[in-house]
Amino acid sequence: MRKESRLKRVLSEGRFAVTAECGPPKGADPEAIRKKGKLLKGCVDSVNVTDNQTGVVRLSSLAACVLLSEEGFDPVLQMVTRDRNRIALQSDILGASALGIRNILCLSGDHQVFGNQPQAKGVFDIDSIQLIHAARQMRDDSCIIGGEKLTQPPDLFIGASENPFAEPAAYRVARLGKKIRAGADFIQTQCIYNLRHFEEWMSQVRNRNYDKRAYILGGITPLKSAKMAEYMRKNVAGMDVPEELITRMKSVPASDQRKEGIKIAVETIEALREMKGVSGVHIMAIEWEEIVPQLVEEAGLMPRPSFGEE
Amino acid sequence: MITAERKPLAEIKAMIAPYRKILLAGCGTCVAECASGGEKEVGLLASQLRMDAKIEGREIEIKEITLDRQCVYEFIDQLTSLIDQYEVVLSLGCGAGVQAVAEVFPRLIILPALNTTFIGETRGGGVWFENCRACGDCKLGLFAAVCPITRCAKGLLNGPCGGSKGEHCEVDPDTPCAWQLIVTRLEERGRLEFLEEVHPPVDWSKSHGKGPRKIVREDQKN
Repeated sequence: MRKESRLKRVLSEGRFAVTAECGPPKGADPEAIRKKGKLLKGCVDSVNVTDNQTGVVRLSSLAACVLLSEEGFDPVLQMVTRDRNRIALQSDILGASALGIRNILCLSGDHQVFGNQPQAKGVFDIDSIQLIHAARQMRDDSCIIGGEKLTQPPDLFIGASENPFAEPAAYRVARLGKKIRAGADFIQTQCIYNLRHFEEWMSQVRNRNYDKRAYILGGITPLKSAKMAEYMRKNVAGMDVPEELITRMKSVPASDQRKEGIKIAVETIEALREMKGVSGVHIMAIEWEEIVPQLVEEAGLMPRPSFGEE
Repeated sequence: MITAERKPLAEIKAMIAPYRKILLAGCGTCVAECASGGEKEVGLLASQLRMDAKIEGREIEIKEITLDRQCVYEFIDQLTSLIDQYEVVLSLGCGAGVQAVAEVFPRLIILPALNTTFIGETRGGGVWFENCRACGDCKLGLFAAVCPITRCAKGLLNGPCGGSKGEHCEVDPDTPCAWQLIVTRLEERGRLEFLEEVHPPVDWSKSHGKGPRKIVREDQKN
């Protein structure tokens, strides 16, 4: 069993971290997870496992984390407050820690109406910030919400997400501050396509010294096509895809657009490496995990640090 | 006020199909205000059902009555002299009204003609807007009088989520983002420091967490 978070170690040693995302299958097949894991082997520090992302029923995040853990990965257990109340969430935090999962990412979760169970009752007993706070209390004070003591605290590296591009713009950095005060050790951001906007956000983050209090990992999603870029711009809430990026994708023939998408992603990673206060990247290559090794290689982030344990 | 919408005629017809003598009981308070169960709507539904029966060659007898409040025992009493003459009460009251009437007349068959929807406000002609979940622990003072439990689709106390678009909710583009409203109002009032606070989890035991709630006031007992 993993003793400590690899992600925490990479970040605390000041190395530029690389995490990637892995979505569990819509079925009970453990091989699907192992297969995705193989694609990411050696080129990432940690793998985020999504929790019924977009409200679609999938193999459980905790189970997939354990499967990846057995393959030598250091998974990040994503936990949404949409489906479970504070009893279940705190229980799963204890269970995850007992199973050797060392990282969690606390989210509210995509609203259930967007998924394949739109008639479900959204739980939302607590929100993401309250979950971060609960996890921090469990770890640091060895107690649950309400103050009752634990027999043994969980060992966790606590993460949160933030969307620098969402509205209300004036409030985004303040909200990040709330997440950090609640207990977030690391932050993974929404996909970055508008670098100028991200840089502005980062400068506010630095002004408040939040980059010193939590590790900030910039989100990367390589574009597969101009069509995908346009779709994201129009239909995905909270996504900022500038017009010039769509024009650039359109300027190459359809057969070369994947290559162009990778090139843009590599350029973005390079810009983030140079940006003060950014500690790493989080690659969300949705159903395109096989591209991650190439992306990491071309961005000059190979080899990943080795601690002689895996 | 409690708002409600009338069930589709086909559903009402199916419910009352076994009965010929029907007491149609409206309520003159909330559901009258939201034009779903007041005197006017009782008259309208009675005419529809009579006309429908006539077209289909069925015999039907409908008595119309609208109580001032269907959820208060002293008003429900107006039904006492009528109830035995009818096979069924079709109520145009809210869920509280239907259940209160059933409580007073335990052997009575009473059917709901409305779908009770929410506690809300009247926003101009024909528009009602949900703005209270009756959580039992009002926090409007913290949120510039915008209830995030009711008006945020995720009920986030430390919102907003990252999904609002054009100041509207990602779940329904017609609904303003509650957190956008909260931030704007606090900004206008120079109270942005309210946004820095991490609000603890809600105590749902004050809401529906312990099952149905009851208020008992000794000073009001007689």
